[in-house]
Amino acid sequence: MGLLDQQFADDNIVITKVDDLLNWARLSSLWQVGFGLACCAIEMMATSASHYDFDRFGVIPRASPRQADIIIISGTVTLKMATRIKRLYEQMPDPKYVISMGSCSNCGGPYWEHGYHVLKGIDRVIPVDVYVPGCPPRPEALLEGLLKLQEKIRNESLVKKDVA
Amino acid sequence: MKSHEEIYNLLKEKFGDAIGQSITNLPVESFIEVSPLKIHEISYFLRDDNELLFDNLMLLSGLDDMNDKKVKQEDGSIADVPGTLSVVYHIESTSFRHKIVLKCSCPKDKPEVESVNSIWRSADWNEREAYDMFGIIFLNHPDLRRILMPYDWEHGFPLRKDYKNPEFYQGMKVPY
Repeated sequence: MGLLDQQFADDNIVITKVDDLLNWARLSSLWQVGFGLACCAIEMMATSASHYDFDRFGVIPRASPRQADIIIISGTVTLKMATRIKRLYEQMPDPKYVISMGSCSNCGGPYWEHGYHVLKGIDRVIPVDVYVPGCPPRPEALLEGLLKLQEKIRNESLVKKDVA
Repeated sequence: MKSHEEIYNLLKEKFGDAIGQSITNLPVESFIEVSPLKIHEISYFLRDDNELLFDNLMLLSGLDDMNDKKVKQEDGSIADVPGTLSVVYHIESTSFRHKIVLKCSCPKDKPEVESVNSIWRSADWNEREAYDMFGIIFLNHPDLRRILMPYDWEHGFPLRKDYKNPEFYQGMKVPY
C-alpha cells in the first residue's frame, strides 16, 4: 500500500489519502466480540493465545459488542442461538465485519440434513464477509481468514460507488 | 448386592400387576416393565427399602418405540395407529452396588408418566429433556417446560419418529 513510503524529509509529517489512513486504522485494530460457540471456539481461543497470537494483528476480544468491530461466528449456530447472534450483531457499531468460522456456521456442516435445531449457515441471518472452511479450521486457517478480511478492508473507500 | 431376578421377584411380590415382564436375553441390559402411573410409588420403595436403597438415578431418558402401525380398515382406507413412547430409568445403589433398569411405556396419544423428581432430584432436567424431545408429560413435575429447544418452539417434538421439521422458524429457513 505504501502508506509510509510517501513522506517528507521532516519526520513529523506523513502524507496519505484519507481512505488509506482510515482503512489502515480499521484493519489494524479489529477488536472482536468475546464470543464462542462450539469446538471452533477452542481453535479461536488457541489463535488468541501466545503461540499464534491474534493480538499481533490487533485482534483483542472485547467483553461488549458495543466496543467491537468484528464478530467471529465460531461454531454450530442453533436456531435458538441465531436470534441472539442477530441481536449481538445489531448491537455492534458500524463499520462491522463478520467472519464465519468452520463448516457449521458456513452451511450447517455435519448437521445439514438431520440437524432439526441447526441454522444451515449464519449468512441466513447476518451478512458474512469471510468464510473460513474447516471442521474446525486450524488457527492458521483462521489467521488466513483474518488476512483476507484485512485485504477487503484495505480496498474499501469513502467514495460512494455509482449504482449501475 | 441383589441380582436382576431377585429385584424383579421382590417388586412383583409387592406391586403385582403394576410390574410387567422382566425382559432379559438382550444384547443390552435387562429391564423391567413398569406401569407409568405407578412409577412414583415403585421408585419410592426402591429408594427407601432397606434391602435395595437405590439412591442414585443415573439416567432417565425418553424413547420412541417405533411401533406406529398402519391398519387397513373395512372401507379400504388406511388408518394410523399410534405406537408407544417410553421412559427408561437407570438406577443404582451406591451402598449395595447393584443396578437396575426400569421402563415405562405410554400411548403416544396420551403420553403421561408420573414424575420421579420428588424421589431423585436428578430427574428434574432429565424429565424436562424427555418432554422437550418426545412430548412425554410428567405428572406432578414442578417445572415442566422445554429445556433445549426454544421456549416458543411450536413445531412438535423433534426426536419422535413421525416428526417433520418446519420450513421456517422466526423468519429463518430451517431446511438445508
